[in-house]
Amino acid sequence: MLNEIAAEHHAVPGGTLKMTARNVNVFYGQKQAIKDVSIDVTQENVTAFIGPSGCGKSTFLRTLNRMNDTVASARVEGEITLDGEDIYSSGMDVVQLRARVGMVFQKPNPFPKSIYENVAYGPRIHGLAANKGEMDQIVEKSLRRAGLWEEVKDRLTDSGTALSGGQQQRLCIARAIAVEPEVILMDEPCSALDPIATAKIEELIHELRGRYAIVIVTHNMQQAARVSQKTAFFHLGTLVEYGETDTIFTNPREPRTKDYITGRYG
Amino acid sequence: MNSAGRTPTDWKSGAMQRRIARRYAAERRFRLLGLASVLLSAGFLAFLLFTMIGNGWRGFTQTDIKLSVDFPASTLILDPAALEGFGARQALAGADFEGVTAAAADEQFGEGGARMLSDGAWLAVRDAVAAKPDLLSGKANIWVPAATAIDLAAKGSADRDSEAAYARLDAADAVRTQFSTTFLTGADATDPTLVGIWGAFKGSLITMIATVLIAFPIGVLSALYLEEYAPRNRWTDLIEVSINNLAAVPSIIFGLLGLAVFLNFMHLPRSAPIVGGLTLALMTMPVIVIAGRNAIKAVPPSIRDAALGIGASRVQVVFHHVLPLALPGILTGTIIGMARALGETAPLLMIGMRAFISQPPGGMTEPATVLPVQIFLWSDEVSRGFVEKTSAAIIVLLVFLLAMNGLAIYLRNKFETRW
Repeated sequence: MLNEIAAEHHAVPGGTLKMTARNVNVFYGQKQAIKDVSIDVTQENVTAFIGPSGCGKSTFLRTLNRMNDTVASARVEGEITLDGEDIYSSGMDVVQLRARVGMVFQKPNPFPKSIYENVAYGPRIHGLAANKGEMDQIVEKSLRRAGLWEEVKDRLTDSGTALSGGQQQRLCIARAIAVEPEVILMDEPCSALDPIATAKIEELIHELRGRYAIVIVTHNMQQAARVSQKTAFFHLGTLVEYGETDTIFTNPREPRTKDYITGRYG
Repeated sequence: MNSAGRTPTDWKSGAMQRRIARRYAAERRFRLLGLASVLLSAGFLAFLLFTMIGNGWRGFTQTDIKLSVDFPASTLILDPAALEGFGARQALAGADFEGVTAAAADEQFGEGGARMLSDGAWLAVRDAVAAKPDLLSGKANIWVPAATAIDLAAKGSADRDSEAAYARLDAADAVRTQFSTTFLTGADATDPTLVGIWGAFKGSLITMIATVLIAFPIGVLSALYLEEYAPRNRWTDLIEVSINNLAAVPSIIFGLLGLAVFLNFMHLPRSAPIVGGLTLALMTMPVIVIAGRNAIKAVPPSIRDAALGIGASRVQVVFHHVLPLALPGILTGTIIGMARALGETAPLLMIGMRAFISQPPGGMTEPATVLPVQIFLWSDEVSRGFVEKTSAAIIVLLVFLLAMNGLAIYLRNKFETRW
């Protein structure tokens, strides 16, 4: 009975399982930030996490590549797997995990280095390019996929921080995909950008879909509706509802989801 | 509140006008006070520089007397042939140049003429002969350093007798005052006409190198560990408080520590730059740690996230991103600490760097003294000739400091990242 309810909550048919979370609890010191969340992330889909501020969606996102490890007081319980392998097990190398599960942050954060160096840094530390020619190829391919190549190909040696906000965020996406991750986590990637830059990022997410499993946290419900196929609604640290994006937005099962979608709170 | 609401503010009323006037007056007062304090400190600096340069530039000059020595007629027994080849040094050492010089001076300037020459005048005669053995075959005119009294008379501040002696020499065209390399190339001596600053300068340089080689890596690594790795708990709080306290401990106590640990316990050589460097490094390290931690704290966390997010290890994050971005701040802190160490006297007195050292040090373990200690020693001397030498030494110290700070600004600008 309990299993059935759980299954109903976290599993959404359609798609190959990439990451799974089962009964995940996250604590910051005494405070519990995430309560018993179970969810599946699929390879083919963009999964959106929505919910009001402080509901734990970013916290949960950061458990998926163990970025919470850097917070001394954070503690994670439960099981999270990547391709069936427990990422919190002692056998999992956290550096490799983060190379496989890349991340794009809320505020564009390019390194204060050249555009080329920004993209080349990841492949370099993981030894993905044998020589300069290969590195050039990786940089070009990544920038092309991030839709930035045409804009920056003549000034690869300029500082990454000299680009506009939207370009910086696409540079960060290029940097993330340069190490060929399997999953890309995006933590409100457009919240610091203007509508035109946002539209470009959303377009980019569409193009990247399928090649990488994508999880995006967003405040913007229209954005979730536009870019995602699956949507998870978080509230007060719990996963209230998870389902097809269309269903969540048109016919939510839970009253709380409905209230949030219709703007009653948030 | 009545129905009419608040009475509208009268922006033109007398009280309002007075308030405006007061505000402007306060602003003017504050600006004047600020300007006054800046001018005051600039005035002090200018006063220091003027007095130092006014007194000190004469320290770089030296009065010489033209001494004519009639070698064949003198008591000197030295075969010019002996000055060629291997025996030259011994032949020179065996010859009585001191007597010959004194005799020549007495003969040229009358009884007591030798007192007009510096104690080291005979060295000039010897060097002249060594350089040109032909001189021995006849009468030669050699410029030798004058005694302190004549030197001071030449620079216009001596007693009447010396003034008279100087006037006689001047009339005979047998005296000159010119820039002397002795001061820049020599080491400490008992006669102010023979002292040089090079020994102390080199001592300071080697000591500073030892200090920075020890304090910089340890300080930076400590700062990195404390900021990036150490857990926040009672122990790290305790360490932080200790480091902050250490930065404020009087330097003489570091000197005592150095004496007890490096000399008495580890038996390192006394008066050596390595010991001075170790002691000063203890003093400089907390400054570097504190400045370093602040600089590391100022590196935006988003950069760490970015690097971690693409799978950089902690060490890679620290050495590829955090340290390069924090480096300008760390360097500034290091230079502040080094400048303090360069001017430090007290701890070095404790470890024996106040000894009379007449040879520039050849390395880390040879006896040496440093600029501030040399200044302290010379300012304590009785002979009036040391006054200008002290000022000259201060100028050298200030130039050293200036060069160091200039280097710091250059390095900071070079490594500064433009965002």
